[in-house]
Amino acid sequence: MQVTVTVNGVERNGDVEPRMLLVHFLRTTLDLTGTHVGCDTSNCGACTVLLDGKPVKSCTMFAVQANRRSITTVEGLKQDGQLDPIQQGFKEMHGLQCGFCTPAMMLVSKALLDRDSDPEEDDIRWALSGNLCRCTGYVNIVKAVQWAANEMQRATP
Amino acid sequence: MTTTEGNAPSATTPEIGGVGHSVRRKEDDRFVQGGGQYLEDITLPGMLHLALLRSPLPHARVVKIDASAAEQLPGVVAVVTGEALAAHDLAWMPTLSGDTQAVLATDKVRFQGQEVAGVVAESPYIAWDALELIDVEYDPLPPVVDPKRALEADAPLIRDDKEGQTDNSCYQWEAGDKAATDQAFAEADTVVSLDTHYPRSHPAPLETCGCVADLNPVTGQATIYMTSQAPHAIRTLFAMVAGLPEENIRVVSPDIGGGFGNKVPIYPGYVVATAASLLIGRPVKWIESRSENLISTGFARDYHMHADLALRRDGTMLGLRVNMVSDNGAFYADAQPSKFRAGLFHVVTGSYDYPAAHVVTQGAYTNKAPGGVAYRCSFRITEASYLIERLVQNAAYELGIDPAVLRMKNFIRPEQFPYHTPTGFVYDSGDYGAALQKALDHVAYAGIAQEKEEARKEGKLVGVGIASFTEAVGAGPSKDYDIAGLKMFDSAELRVHPTGKAILKLGTKSQGQGHETTYAQIVANELGIPASDIAVREGDTDDTPYGLGTYASRSTPTSGAAAVVIARKLREKARTIAAHLLEASEEDLDWEPGRFVVKGAPDRGVTIQDVALAAYTNFPDGTEPGLEGVHYYDPPNLTYPFGSYVVVVEVDEETGVWSVRRMIAVDDCGVRINPMIVEGQICGGLAEGFAMSAMQYITFDEDGNCIGSNFMDYLIPTAWETPRFELDETVTPSPHHPIGAKGVGESATVGSPAAYVNAVIDALAPFGIRNIDMPVTPARVWEAMREAKAGT
Repeated sequence: MQVTVTVNGVERNGDVEPRMLLVHFLRTTLDLTGTHVGCDTSNCGACTVLLDGKPVKSCTMFAVQANRRSITTVEGLKQDGQLDPIQQGFKEMHGLQCGFCTPAMMLVSKALLDRDSDPEEDDIRWALSGNLCRCTGYVNIVKAVQWAANEMQRATP
Repeated sequence: MTTTEGNAPSATTPEIGGVGHSVRRKEDDRFVQGGGQYLEDITLPGMLHLALLRSPLPHARVVKIDASAAEQLPGVVAVVTGEALAAHDLAWMPTLSGDTQAVLATDKVRFQGQEVAGVVAESPYIAWDALELIDVEYDPLPPVVDPKRALEADAPLIRDDKEGQTDNSCYQWEAGDKAATDQAFAEADTVVSLDTHYPRSHPAPLETCGCVADLNPVTGQATIYMTSQAPHAIRTLFAMVAGLPEENIRVVSPDIGGGFGNKVPIYPGYVVATAASLLIGRPVKWIESRSENLISTGFARDYHMHADLALRRDGTMLGLRVNMVSDNGAFYADAQPSKFRAGLFHVVTGSYDYPAAHVVTQGAYTNKAPGGVAYRCSFRITEASYLIERLVQNAAYELGIDPAVLRMKNFIRPEQFPYHTPTGFVYDSGDYGAALQKALDHVAYAGIAQEKEEARKEGKLVGVGIASFTEAVGAGPSKDYDIAGLKMFDSAELRVHPTGKAILKLGTKSQGQGHETTYAQIVANELGIPASDIAVREGDTDDTPYGLGTYASRSTPTSGAAAVVIARKLREKARTIAAHLLEASEEDLDWEPGRFVVKGAPDRGVTIQDVALAAYTNFPDGTEPGLEGVHYYDPPNLTYPFGSYVVVVEVDEETGVWSVRRMIAVDDCGVRINPMIVEGQICGGLAEGFAMSAMQYITFDEDGNCIGSNFMDYLIPTAWETPRFELDETVTPSPHHPIGAKGVGESATVGSPAAYVNAVIDALAPFGIRNIDMPVTPARVWEAMREAKAGT
């Protein structure tokens, strides 16, 4: 089946089996390998992308379900050669170690900050609770989101 | 405390970023942009995909495998069976503990999830489809699930493949002095005992295991991309097992999405993919699913432990006796130094000073997955630390002495280092009392009794748990430590380029620990070259010096030390060149970070960058050109990080649900190279310790079915469940490490489980409860309270 998806602002097409998962379409057909697979059961969240701005687990959708919709992956976070504040926050606050969960963590965080520019710690932890990290104990991921929130507020007074 | 030269952090500027600076990580730019190159991201031209068929039964004879329908599925290139591998003598492979393990079953299956056949196809979807078409006829045998039952004389024999094997005993091992320990117990006023099971767990890094094997039929060159924490050792073992010439094998570990010990062993999937690539002549990729990861690769723990502690009435510890049965699964595949059959479990004497200990361990084969990996742990130290710290708290209850006071009374004192333990370790340095006192101060320990009382009035049970652990990490000295015969030294190779930038290559392999940053900081510290100017390479056996890899907190103690030594050697060569440039004698030069200056004439100097250029353009006659060298470091001892953790929990008496009010972690890992990264490691370890205490659990029903085979059953805490942590530190340098550093990546996983569980037990102590096995689930807490109340 033909699929047309806007990925990171660019229209992309593919001819896929109906059963092809969205994550495999992104990784294999479009060669966007920043989106990862960490489990078989939609628990780990490493495959999370933004679908029309909202986080979805791309291992739990077929590629054809994303037809004519808009997707943001980690490769689309950087704009005009500048890292997104959330990317800067993860770097600055040591919010990642192995980096495998990181793209999804950043996208979930971005979606949170898009709807709540000044979240409490509990709000951040709740927003991240669909995603697993085995390295950080989440401490510095929370700090990274807070750093990005402050940075975004500073940039738009 | 004696310290060696260099233990004090050099006063490098933040711009140079030597030891002691929280330099932001060099690796993060690619990771935050989705530019990491993990195993699954590798695609080669003509690449095929391998999927493995696994046994649904834990114990059965394989009667017949009919793969004809699978072979006819369009897109399937080959079906591989044990029989086919046997023709190439590859149906069995050696394990890291000197046993053999089936690559693909030929005679029996011995655990649920064991590898039975492989399909190689043009796409992973086709390979998975084809698995459904393979028809395997099994003749079921009774499964052996309980390791103690396995050791009974009439238990079904699991390893009938091993010549001379007549029972399910896997190994026996002991440490310490039995006679001296018996004597200590004879002199004791009281003996306190604990029976506990450290349950089966799994490291479950977020990236599963996998490989891409690329054997070129024309050149004979084998390139194997692999999620390996130890690529050099893997290459050597592949050369030995497969009979491939080692010079033609290149093993490459790309970016690794977490390891935690899971990615040390050789797994059947690697061997099948390699054999398939060899036979078909095209690259073959194999990626585990999460379920495959949890049911077949690299489990950890599963020790059934009994301990007795002999004490005087005043709390003086006299001796320790431990009897233990380990559940090793169907193949003895523990990843550990070959001399030590139960890893470094004999560090179980802990942080305390007493003369006698005796440890007896018995391993059992069962119908479960093999593994026994050191899950964020230096070879079974987590089990040992948990046992002694739980036991000490129970001893305190028994004697009516405060658990903190009992610890303080028995700690090895700072002036006793180097301290020889009764089981053979030589602890390098420590100040255990200082770390515990600091942790106690954070929770205002003196006021805890009142806090408990007030909570009780509100219907809540509050408890405090302490763990004062000592680890033995950084394997290790070649006289005692080897894996499969390979001594556990490690290496560093350093070249300073003409422009003053440098490249450092090591035998270890980061899986998220931040090696690209910390190793660069070590060289920056020694040579004054900014850390940002130093590239770090690991993981490609063609591009790095030989080493045993990264696990057991060994990178800083081994390759980190090697990096210091080679940098200092190059600094001495640089001095010769600097003297030539300054027309001074070497003795007349002072070193300040990044610069040689003439004594008494601080204006006359040359930078390390000037010297680097001269090493290629203007070196003195008779001097070897270039500024490059390699060092293989054989550590004189392990390093012994330690710390004290104090946890305060609140238990709901009605439901058994417990939550963490405070978690204080005071760690001492000697000199901290990058404090930010050290703290990140500790936070991660505290979370994994909490996971094991509260949630993570792999178990089996009586039919041998694995419970905990996916992330719906194997519970990993999210940001929501994970407690908040409060960190502090003391710094007691290692006297033998060249910059006084100790390993740290595992301290928190080793030390924290006992602290969490002790806290829950302390909350329940008024009911007389002295043990709940991990994971301490609300159901188990509730059940323990119900039983305790019924008994009184």
